[in-house]
Amino acid sequence: MIRGDRIFGTVMIVIALGYILSAYGIETSFMSDPVGPRVFPYLIALVMIVCSLVMVLRPDPEADWPAAPMLLQLGIAFAVLVAYAYAITPLGFILPTAIASGVLCWQIAGKPLRAAITGAGLGVGLWVLFRLILGLGLRGLPAGWGF
Amino acid sequence: MDILSNLAMGFQIAASPYTLLLAVIGCFVGTIIGALPGLGPSNGVALLIPISFSMGLDAISSLVLLTSVYYGAMYGGRISSILLNIPGDEPAMMTTLDGYPMAKQGRAAEALVVSGVASFVGAFAATIGLMIFAPYLARVAFKFGPAEYFALYMLAFCTLGGIGSSNQAKSALAAAIGLAIAMIGLDKTTGMPRFTFGELHLMDGVDFLVAIVGLFAVAEVFFFIETHGRDSAIGVKLGKIRVPWKMLRQTSGAMMRGTGIGFVSGVLPGAGASLGSFLAYMAEKSLARDKDSFGSGNPKGVAAPEAGNNAAAGGALVPMLTLGVPGSGTTAVLLALLLTLNITPGPLLFTERPEVVWSLIAALLIANIVLLLMNVPMVRIFVHILSVPAWILLPGVTMVAFVGIYSLTGSSFDMLMMVGFGALGYVMRKLSIPTVPAILGILLGNAMEDNLRRAMVLSDGDWAFLFSSPIAVGLWIAAILGFVAPIFLRGLLKKPALPDDDPTTIED
Repeated sequence: MIRGDRIFGTVMIVIALGYILSAYGIETSFMSDPVGPRVFPYLIALVMIVCSLVMVLRPDPEADWPAAPMLLQLGIAFAVLVAYAYAITPLGFILPTAIASGVLCWQIAGKPLRAAITGAGLGVGLWVLFRLILGLGLRGLPAGWGF
Repeated sequence: MDILSNLAMGFQIAASPYTLLLAVIGCFVGTIIGALPGLGPSNGVALLIPISFSMGLDAISSLVLLTSVYYGAMYGGRISSILLNIPGDEPAMMTTLDGYPMAKQGRAAEALVVSGVASFVGAFAATIGLMIFAPYLARVAFKFGPAEYFALYMLAFCTLGGIGSSNQAKSALAAAIGLAIAMIGLDKTTGMPRFTFGELHLMDGVDFLVAIVGLFAVAEVFFFIETHGRDSAIGVKLGKIRVPWKMLRQTSGAMMRGTGIGFVSGVLPGAGASLGSFLAYMAEKSLARDKDSFGSGNPKGVAAPEAGNNAAAGGALVPMLTLGVPGSGTTAVLLALLLTLNITPGPLLFTERPEVVWSLIAALLIANIVLLLMNVPMVRIFVHILSVPAWILLPGVTMVAFVGIYSLTGSSFDMLMMVGFGALGYVMRKLSIPTVPAILGILLGNAMEDNLRRAMVLSDGDWAFLFSSPIAVGLWIAAILGFVAPIFLRGLLKKPALPDDDPTTIED
C-alpha cells in the first residue's frame, strides 16, 4: 500500500484550496494593475493542485519511513526544538542550550552522564564563542541574573 | 584590458589584511563543513549567513567570508568521500568511486593530494571563466524586459526541478510551495496584506533565511538523528603526505577535461555541481583505455570529478551574478545572501556595484590559493576533525542554526517557523520532493510576480506579451525542454551505484 505520496498530495490539495479561498479575500485597491494581487496566487494554487493530483494518482514507491521507536525519537527532537524556541528569550542562552543539546546528545549516544557533560559544554562553549569572541547579542542567563 | 583594471580594483579591496583573514577563516570553516558527512555547502553557508549578519560585517566582508566557506566546502567534500566512503555532499559522491578504493589500498594520502590539486585546477579555472564570461552575459541581460525575466524564472524552475528530481510533478510542486510562501506579506503594489491571517509577524513576509536554515540545516538534523545518529567516532589513520608528482602529471589531462565539462554544467541553470562531477567522471571513463580500472582506485577517477564539481561551483556563479538566477542549491543560498545585503544580482550589478563583483572575484582567486595550501599540506588537520563524534556534532550544528536566526531576528516566532520548515524539509526529502525548487520559489517569487505584473501593465493585460520577443520565446522553449527532456534522458544519465563496502578504518 503506497500512502506517503497520496497523503501528502491530498493535504496539499486541501492547502491549495484554502490558499485560493484566502486569495479570493485579498482586498484590491484603486491602484490595481491588470493582474492585481490575486491572479499570481491563483496560478500557484492551480499548479499545486495539478501536481498534487499527479502525486495522488501516480504515487512513487513508498518511502522508507522510520519505525515507531525512531518516530518517537524524532517527535522528541521536534518537541525539544519547539520548547527551545520558547525558552531562549526568557531563560537566556546557556541553560536552554545546555538542556536542548543534552537531550539531543542523549538521543544519539544514550548515555546520560555523557549527554549532561556535552550539553553543559556546548551551552557554555557556544555562549563564549558567540557572545565573547564573535560579539553577538545573546543574553547568557535569565533577565536580571547578570550577563 | 577592462578585465585587468577591474581585477586590480577587486584585489585592492579584497587583499586588505582584514578580508584576507576572513578568507582564511572562511576556507578553514568551509573545508570542515564540507568534510563532515551530512553537512554540505548549502547547509554550511545557510547556517553561517545569519551569524555573519549578526556580527555586523559589511557587504563585501560577508561575501568574502561566505564565498570562501562555499569554495572551502566544495574542497572539503572529497575528504570524507575518500576516507570514509561517505560523500560530504552530493557532488562529492563520484569521488567515492575511486577515492575510497585508493584509500583502502593504502593510497589515501595520494588520493587526497590529487583531489586537492584537481579541486584547485577546477575552481581556479572556473573563477577565471567567471571573470571572462560574466560581463558578456551581463551585456546580453541588458536586453531583458519583464517578459524575458518572467520566462527566465520559468527556465530556472523547470531546469532546476527537471534535473534535480526523478519526478517532474514533485519538483513543480516544490517550486509552487516556495512561490506560495513568497506571497505571504504585504503586496508591494497595493500595500494590502496577503495570507497573513492577521499575524503581525507575517506582515513582512517569511524571512528567507528562516526558511533556508529550516529546510536545509534543521531538516538535516532530523535526518542525522535517523541515519547517522548511531554512528560512533570513526578512527582515521593517514599515511605520510607526499606530493605524488608523477601521478599529478598523469592526471593533468583528466583535470583539464573535468574542468571544462564542470564549468559548462555549472553555467547551465539548474545543472550544478552534481551533474558536473558525474559527467566529468563518465567522460574520463569513456575516454580511458583501461575502463575496468575505474571504480577500483584509478587516480583519474578522483581527479576528473573533483575538478568537475569545483569548476561547476564557479560556473554556477555566472548566471547567479549576471541574471539573478542561481544554478545550484548553494548559489540559491548565496543569492539569499546578496538579497539580504540589498545587492540585487543582475546586469546592473556589473555597472552599478563593480566593486562588489570584482572584489568577490578577487576573493575567490585568493580563496583558491589559500585552499590549495590548506588542503594539500595541512589535510591532516581536517582528517582529525572528521573524527568528531556524532553526539557532539549534531547538537552543536542544531544550536548554531538557532543562534544564527535568534541573534538576527530575536524572535521566538521565527525560530518556531524554522523548526516547522525543518519538519517540512524532512517530510519533503523523505517523499523525494526536492527542497531546492522550494527555496528558489521563496527567493524569486516576489520578483517573478513583479515582472509578470509589469509585463501586464506594459501590454495592457495582453498575456501574449509574455511570448512577444525572440529571447522570451527562446527561454520558454528552453524551459519546456529543460522540464520534459530529463524524463527521456533519465535512463541515459543513470548514476552508477556507490560501492557498498562499510566505512572502515583506513590503515597506512
